This record gives sequence, structure tokens and C-alpha cells, in this order.
Amino acid sequence: MTQSHTLSRPLSLSRRGLLASGAGAGTAALLPAAALAQALKPATLLNVSYDPTRELYKEVNAAFAAYWKGRTGQVLTLQQSHGGSGKQARSVIDGLQADVVTLALAADIDEIAARAKLLPANWQSRLPNNSTPYTSTIVFLVRKGNPWKIRDWPDLIKPGIGVITPNPKTSGGARWAYLAAYQAAAKTGGDAAAQAYLTKLFKNVPVLDTGARGSTTTFAQRKIGDVLLSWENEAFLTIDEFGPNFDIVYPSSSILAEPPVALVDKNVDRHGTRTVATGYLNFLYSPRAQEIIARHHFRPRDPAAAAKYASAFKQIPLVTIDGAFGGWKQAQATHFADGGVFDRIYKP
Amino acid sequence: MTAAAIPTRRRRDLNLAPLMILASAAVMAGLILMPLVVVFHDALAKGVGAYFAALKEPDALAAVRLTLLVAAISVPLNAVFGVSAAWAISKFEFRGKSVLLTLIDMPFSISPVVSGLVWVLLFGAQGLFGTWLIDHDVKIIFATPGLVLATILVTFPFVARELIPLMQQQGADEEAAALTLGASGLTTFWRVTLPNIKWALLYGVLLCNARAMGEFGAVSVVSGHIRGLTNTLPLHVEVLYNDYDSVGAFSAASVLAGLGILTLVLKSVLEWRHSGELSANRKH
Repeated sequence: MTQSHTLSRPLSLSRRGLLASGAGAGTAALLPAAALAQALKPATLLNVSYDPTRELYKEVNAAFAAYWKGRTGQVLTLQQSHGGSGKQARSVIDGLQADVVTLALAADIDEIAARAKLLPANWQSRLPNNSTPYTSTIVFLVRKGNPWKIRDWPDLIKPGIGVITPNPKTSGGARWAYLAAYQAAAKTGGDAAAQAYLTKLFKNVPVLDTGARGSTTTFAQRKIGDVLLSWENEAFLTIDEFGPNFDIVYPSSSILAEPPVALVDKNVDRHGTRTVATGYLNFLYSPRAQEIIARHHFRPRDPAAAAKYASAFKQIPLVTIDGAFGGWKQAQATHFADGGVFDRIYKP
Repeated sequence: MTAAAIPTRRRRDLNLAPLMILASAAVMAGLILMPLVVVFHDALAKGVGAYFAALKEPDALAAVRLTLLVAAISVPLNAVFGVSAAWAISKFEFRGKSVLLTLIDMPFSISPVVSGLVWVLLFGAQGLFGTWLIDHDVKIIFATPGLVLATILVTFPFVARELIPLMQQQGADEEAAALTLGASGLTTFWRVTLPNIKWALLYGVLLCNARAMGEFGAVSVVSGHIRGLTNTLPLHVEVLYNDYDSVGAFSAASVLAGLGILTLVLKSVLEWRHSGELSANRKH
């Protein structure tokens, strides 16, 4: 973040303040080692991310800044912006100067590649594990003691059950939740049964927030609804934050959620931050970051961290987006595009 | 006042007056006072120490600074614009005057989300001037200029709307007299017009400032929500609330509420001291 920089600068109406672009440039002149300024020029990196990663990246950013300074001597200012994954992608398309995007699903980064051409279409093959340094899944968060005995997907469509989930149009987590519900219903009755199931499910949804965090707030703070379809990490975080007022319920099956990360090529080249941005994304795969990732209840890719935290993550059958839905491009077009399945089944 | 105005009414009706005063007091307490109390109560939920710690947090300070900066740019611009528009409309006759009046009122009637989105459509990367701006490395959207533009658009009418009725009521006689006596246009403005409208102008600036600092919708669209950089105070409140940091959120909200109360006090002082010089329709 920009603490040190913004703290030391008094309020001014200078052109630099007006343009607000000199975040890194302002401090450069203050460095005593002017001779080294070329090599050590402070850099600013903007990570545009989705909703439930606020706490994760706060810690990852601090760790990376320390690691990078130790390795190269370069001082980094790491900035973060969070919101519904689809909304964040839209902002990057409209010109939000993200050096890296760390979004909830590949389709949103595909949109950035397709509409704004800021990164190549094959972006997902550039980093290991489909460019996803960790995975997660969708679970149920219910109120303490599970008063409505919500144990599996069929329980969600019982009359009178209030289901909280964000809007699949704007939220990545909501799209994973929708697909998790879809695959569970399709297993027994195919597409027709799945669509009938989802129609009933969304009849039980009293409010659609734009992002996962909004839904969690609706469920936990405003106390609306009986069950929250939640990212696994967000469910654990809610219990960390609000104490033992909730129980996590693992359904009989769910989906392997792969939230990907990518370098935004055109932006890093414009900012001259390709090296540090690449270093940042690689750092996410390092044992150090994987440990932080696991502590924030995301499922790490690194075998050592995965083994260490194995007991924290319940193993349930997880379908993949490629296996069950033919990949994100197809799932997006079939289910979430204008006039897709979601538009047909959701009648508020 | 109603009792004196309608002496023929029967006494039974008049007895309703205390009841109605009580009812409106209850509504005021429920809808205005209670939320205000909640803001300060939640802000102080973990004690005074936590309250001030939340306000001294770097992102909170950055948000305060940005809010003040945006207001410091947009309010003077709108004051200059408001005075010129009111001057033109009330002292001169010209074609298209009613069109200008309608345009000034437009920000009152359009939704703030539109006031924000128009700038994205103009200056966003996919917008009309997007490519040129990127090629020349000029940042408008998702940076301070975008926040200023959105705020200016939303707070556009406040000063002009405050001045126009007053200046129309005052007429152009004094200016005409000054000009006849040989004063230049500028002198006339500084020595005759401005002294006549100074309190109404201050009043308009106050309202404009209150809205500029409190605006949420339009700036939310153009902000990009970069922490410590493009979040104004109202946006920072939302971020903290969603971070489960309710003390932080309500502490920041209490600053906004404090600014609102200060505005209200200044406004009341103005109304009380200078009601004669404020516009006629302002004297309730």
C-alpha cells in the first residue's frame, strides 16, 4: 500500500497530486543513494483481485515486498483492489491499470484478453497448474447447530429455506456455486433435472449481492437466510471473524474452483514492471506464499504445504470445470452469457 | 402560524397540533437521530483508543486526504461556474436561457451511477478518447481526475441554484446604476453584485461541499477501489465494512457525519444571521 508515501506528503493541489500517477516517482527523488536510483527505483504494483482475497493478499503483499527488497534491493508499493470478479474484469477492460489480475475464474481473464487485448489468449498456459496457485471449492455455511438440517444439495430447494449466494453475472464465487449445484443435480437427472433444480434453488434466494463478500455480510452480519453458498475459504474466515455462530457443511460433491492469476502484458510494459510483476506471480507458487495461502484456508498446490494442512481441508468428490462443463469458455457461453441458462431460470 | 391563519377552524382540530409535533419529533428521532447515534456508538464500540487508531490508519488518512483534495478542486470550480451562470441568467436576456437552466438542473434528476458511467464511456480504455489517453499516458478514470469530474458533475447545480432566485429578485437596477456612474463591468461585479450575494454564495458553497465530500455512487463507478489511492472517505467506509472492520468503518463514517453536522451548524448560523440576504425561498 502507499502508506509511507501518502503519509509523508502534505495535502497539495500540485499537478502531481492531481494526476495521482506519481505514486512511485514521488519517493524516487528522496532516496539518498541517487547513484543506485536507476537499479533500485521503487516500483508500484497493482493487483486487481476478487472479493474474498482481501486478507490473503494483504499478507502475501507484505511478504513479497520484504522478499523482493532482500533479493533486489528494490522498494515496492503493492496496491490492491477488490470486488466481484466480473466487475473487476470490467474495470480492467475500462482502463484500471492492473499489473496483475488475480480473479475468481478463467472466464473473467478471458474477457480481458478478448475485449481489451491486454494479454494473449493463451495466458492460462504461461504459469503452472492452469495459472492457479491454489484451489478452493464451494461449501455450505449454516447457522450454529444447523437448525434446518441442511446436509446436501437437495435440501436447498425445500420450501422456506433462504439461500444466500451472489449474482452469477458479477461474482465469480456465485458462478462456481451455480455450477457446483448444477453438476450435483445433473448427475441423477441430466440437464433438464439440473435446470429444474436451479429454478427452484434461485426461488429460495432472497437477495443477490454483486460479490462474495457482500453475500457473506448479508448472511453473517445482517442475518438474512439459512444457508450461504460460500467459497470454502470465505466460510472459514466467517467463523474466524464472527466466532462459533456458524457451521460449515460439506455437500456430497462440489466443484474444484481454480481462481487464476495472470500478468497484464500491455499494462506492465507501459509501467515498466514486467520483471517485478512476473516475480510476484512466481512468488505465489513458492513454499512461503503457499504456507500463507493455506493459512487463509485456500487449498495450496505445493505438496509440502498441502500435506501439512491436509487435515484442514475435507476431501470430497470435486468435479472439474473442464470435465463437467467443457471448460470456462463453453460454461460461460452456455450458462452466464446474455440469454444463457441463468437468464432463463432466474425470474426475480 | 397555522392557528393564526385559520381562526375559523374548530378547536378540536387545533388540539391535534401537539400530537402532530410529537409525531414528527418521533419520526425525526427514528429516522435521523437514531442512525446518527448508531454511527458513533459502533465507532466507539471498542473504546476511544480503537476509534482513534482506526482514524490514524494510513488508508483512512489517505481517504480523508483524497476526499479533501477532490472537494478542494471541485467546489471552487463549481462556485465560479455557479456565480457566472447565475449572473448570466439573472442579469441578462439571451436565447437559450431556459435550456441553460434545464441543463444546470440535470444532475439533480439523473442517477449518480450515470454521472459516473458517462466519464467511463468518454475516458475509459474502451471509451471515445480511451486510445488517445493511453497513448499519451494520461490517467483520468480510476484516478483522481475521474473522481473530480464525477464530483463536479454531481454537485454542479448547488451554487447556481442557490443564487439564481436571489439575483433575479434583486434585479439589475444597482448594476445599471453603477455602470451609469462609470464603473467598469468587473468593478460592478466586485463592488455591487458580489456583496449582494455573498451570504447566499457561502450557503451554496456549503451545500455543494457537503455533497462533494459525501458523494458515493458516481465516484464509486470511476474509482477502481485501489486502497490508499483512489478510495474517498465514503468508499473507504464500504471497504472497511466489507472487511468486517466495523469499528474502522463507523469511525470513518463518524468523520463524514461530523462534517455533515458541521455543515448543518454553519448553515443554521447563516440562516439565522443573514436570512434577509439569503434567497427568498430559503426563509422557511
